Amino acid sequence: MNDTIASIATSLGVGAISIIRVSGNDSISIVNKLFQGHDLEKVESHTIHYGYIKDKENIIDEVLVSVMKSPKTYTMEDVVEINCHGGIATTNKVLELLLLNGCRLAEPGEFTKRAFLNGRIDLVEAEAVSDLINSETELERKVAINGIKGNISSLIKKLRDELIKIISNIEVNIDYPEYQDIYEVTINDIREKIPLIKNELEEIVENYEQSKLIHEGIKVAIIGRPNVGKSSLLNKLLNSEKAIVTDIPGTTRDIVEGIMYLDGVKLNIIDTAGIRETDDIVEKIGVNKSIETIESANLVLLLLNNNEELTEEDKILIDKTKYKTTIYVVNKNDLETKIKLDKNLSNVISINTLDNKEIKILKEKIRDLFQLDKINNSDFNYITNLRQINKIKECLKIISDIEEGINDDLELDMLEMDLREIWEQLGFITGDSYDEELLDDLFKNFCVGK
Amino acid sequence: MEYDIIVVGGGHAGCEASLAAARLGNKTLLITGNIKNIADMPCNPSIGGPAKGILVREIDALGGEMGINTDKSLIQLKMLNTKKGPAVRALRAQADKITYPKEMLKTLKNTINLDIKETIVDDLIVENNKVVGVKLEDKKEIKSKIVILTTGTYLKADVLVGSKRTSSGPHGERPAKNLSDNLRKLGLTIQRLKTGTPPRIEKSSIDFSVLEKEDGDNILRTFSYDTMPLYKLDEQVPCYLTYTNKLTHEIINANLKKSSMYGGYVTGIGPRYCPSIEDKVVKFKDKERHQLFLEPESIYYDDIYLQGFSTSMPHEVQEEMVHSLKGLEHAKILKYAYAIEYDAIDPLEMKPSLENKILENLFTAGQINGTSGYEEAAAQGLIAGINASLKLQGKDPLILKRNEAYIGVLIDDLVTKGTKEPYRMLTSRAEYRLLLRHDNADIRLREYGKKIGLIDEVRYQKFKKKLDDIENLRIYLKENKITTKDNALLEKIDTSPILDGITYYDFLKRPGITINDLEKILNLNMPYETDVKEQVEISIKYEGYIKKAEKEAQKLKQLESIKIPNDFNYAKISNIASEARQKLENVKPLTLGQASRISGVNPSDIAVLSVVLKRGKYE
Repeated sequence: MNDTIASIATSLGVGAISIIRVSGNDSISIVNKLFQGHDLEKVESHTIHYGYIKDKENIIDEVLVSVMKSPKTYTMEDVVEINCHGGIATTNKVLELLLLNGCRLAEPGEFTKRAFLNGRIDLVEAEAVSDLINSETELERKVAINGIKGNISSLIKKLRDELIKIISNIEVNIDYPEYQDIYEVTINDIREKIPLIKNELEEIVENYEQSKLIHEGIKVAIIGRPNVGKSSLLNKLLNSEKAIVTDIPGTTRDIVEGIMYLDGVKLNIIDTAGIRETDDIVEKIGVNKSIETIESANLVLLLLNNNEELTEEDKILIDKTKYKTTIYVVNKNDLETKIKLDKNLSNVISINTLDNKEIKILKEKIRDLFQLDKINNSDFNYITNLRQINKIKECLKIISDIEEGINDDLELDMLEMDLREIWEQLGFITGDSYDEELLDDLFKNFCVGK
Repeated sequence: MEYDIIVVGGGHAGCEASLAAARLGNKTLLITGNIKNIADMPCNPSIGGPAKGILVREIDALGGEMGINTDKSLIQLKMLNTKKGPAVRALRAQADKITYPKEMLKTLKNTINLDIKETIVDDLIVENNKVVGVKLEDKKEIKSKIVILTTGTYLKADVLVGSKRTSSGPHGERPAKNLSDNLRKLGLTIQRLKTGTPPRIEKSSIDFSVLEKEDGDNILRTFSYDTMPLYKLDEQVPCYLTYTNKLTHEIINANLKKSSMYGGYVTGIGPRYCPSIEDKVVKFKDKERHQLFLEPESIYYDDIYLQGFSTSMPHEVQEEMVHSLKGLEHAKILKYAYAIEYDAIDPLEMKPSLENKILENLFTAGQINGTSGYEEAAAQGLIAGINASLKLQGKDPLILKRNEAYIGVLIDDLVTKGTKEPYRMLTSRAEYRLLLRHDNADIRLREYGKKIGLIDEVRYQKFKKKLDDIENLRIYLKENKITTKDNALLEKIDTSPILDGITYYDFLKRPGITINDLEKILNLNMPYETDVKEQVEISIKYEGYIKKAEKEAQKLKQLESIKIPNDFNYAKISNIASEARQKLENVKPLTLGQASRISGVNPSDIAVLSVVLKRGKYE
């Protein structure tokens, strides 16, 4: 059987409680060695016990321990979870003790891999779990959990059921061509059916785009000429949400200046150029650099000064953001209005970046533009995984082949091969057909996790 | 006297097996219960149909006999699914039930190295799990290096009519009463299957004037790639259609308990796709009528075969049922319908070569392997004959892949999935059907036939010429252009004008445009055979789809390329579901591809297996 693995299941540094998960044949006996409280080898399955983790005679932490015996566990092996209360240092100490007593440190995604290999979860579920491991916000977690419950699976299974009805009817027509009483599927049936399937698939793709916002966050660029208030806006946005200011590369290729959460959706505020003003007065914001930033962002906050007329630079930036989701933030509304803006310009707000209350106006505007409230309330029929969405997109490509085929009067049995291909591709998503490439992908994905 | 190969059974599988064996130079003995019944067609009088017709073409491409023999004996020929794409087109012939066996027997008798003996085989002679001959009913023994069993429905056969069960093969022929019990004693798993046949009606007692007529095609064609048409178009014999009605269904429902099936007298499992008429009426209550075909059995006698009306009702009920049908009110039944039960082996105990896994040097083919149909039987018979010969030559067996032939699909399905009911070939079983067309069976398989030695130099050269012609025509079409000058001509046939010169090749991609159209419009003469033009036309018109299918097939190849050692220990892998492990141990798949097709083996099992195979070891 498998060796016993352990790792910290919650992300470090967030929240007061950390959970250490242990899975494998010896999980109960190993934890029992360190636990002061009930004899864990004698307790019922799926029970929680209060006690202490001790290193010889020293109490390391006050914990709650859940004991779950095989096979009704996440990995289908014996699983013990230790809820630690003492912060990062103690949690690490508990993990260290476990490793000293016979556990092996789990590889990223290894619990899920075991659950999958032991037949506990199917592919869609496995991928959703891998998303869960990667999820950073509450909303993201919800989407991931929804995947596990099989919402995507049931939606796709419904589509497959519809497809298989037509497919089998055409097959019967092929194998029994002389039976005149059997309904003969016509090209018209396909013509009617295809848009319905196409709509469903397109909706999945659209939902995906939206769920990508949840996953990857919205890339926000704050631009504007020097001294217009960019850094104070940045600081206000970040401070008010207690966001982590970091200069490490984020999930995108851009430099993430800071991260904040709005209704659980991550905003990655990108690009540092010009935002942090230096002593070097010569360093002036280059318009070119701003243009690059505009292109890579999902949302542009273009700061303008209420107290001055538009400069050439402002005008260029306004022009460059014409086709971009942009909020024109007119700053310093406590001063006299000298700015003259084109009345056709939409999404203009007037605030004072020094005022916390007015920052709320900006947030409200962002909520509006990205329909964040809608994301929060909808039922998360999302596919959140690139491999899966690529399969859906492949299906849409095949559908366009079918549409072309219908125009060319292609024979029905040829079109049916495409329908069958769609049916199969959808099967790959739910794991109903086997594709080695898929598994390679999948397990690669697990190793990125955490 | 010792033989190289003994074939037991003279049906369609047995004929192909013994011909292939003898033609490949083996001293061969064909044992049959009744020489007069060799290549008999005990059920429907037709050969071919969707998927099955393609099997016949494949048999011909490899050097089997069924296509040639059908061409000698057909009394009507049709191309089916002509309104559908090229992948699903197939030939179906009405074959004369007198001529077909007669011609086949003639061929068998004229084959050197082939003896025929009339007797019943009771048992196999086995030494150290190797078959070395057969024991006959008179206790005599005949030795051979290999035995091929092609016993059809004759193993412990029982004919059922109503509550009556008679130990008998089709047509009152003697069954093989002991062989299957002895096979069981030798360790083989035996299953019980069932099939049935409809009544035969006297032609002169049918009122054809009220029935729908179904004629043969108006184009002369052949099954074989090498024969010339031997029939005349206007001498083809028609078929007719009739339907069951409310009265028929009432009679059936009222007498249901009297049928062998619903009276509980049947123990074997029958095929879903060839249900008896009582099954159809019970299972499809809402259908007001069921279509029936009246097919002539022969031009030499009067029987009309009532396809779709197979039943196991007692004779008096059959009379009532038949007389309720339109046009058959006064019909005289010449032979009553019956159900037949017989023993078969479990095909999961076979290797893809059709050799038995338990007993070495034993091959099986046809209905004994759980299939149904003449074509399925013949295809397996040919492969068994070929692989028995290859084994004696110390060569690797011929194992056709699923993307190479319907024969490959058939055998792979049998040895991978097994079957609980008589297995019939269907187009939907083939995932690469666009590659497995009836028109390109020779291109797919003739090289194999040549290499094995069943296709002689003359036939091979003819095939080579066809390949050359195809290539030359393609080049010609690519090198010549239609220009804007020809637009007036295009208008005549209602196709839109061209804006710039395009090659004939590209022009043919237009929907509805054929090479013949092109020749007519431009007054060209392309001196090629119809089948050459057809080949080129299909390859141009369906280029995109063919490429797609080939890409798919390539994926299969990848999985097929991962071999699983024969002695692979599945017990050692802890992460495989126990059902899957059992199935894998049972089937012993040769490749990961085959493993992935076993029902009950899930993708996660395959994932584990592939990890194990890649790493070579798993703790």
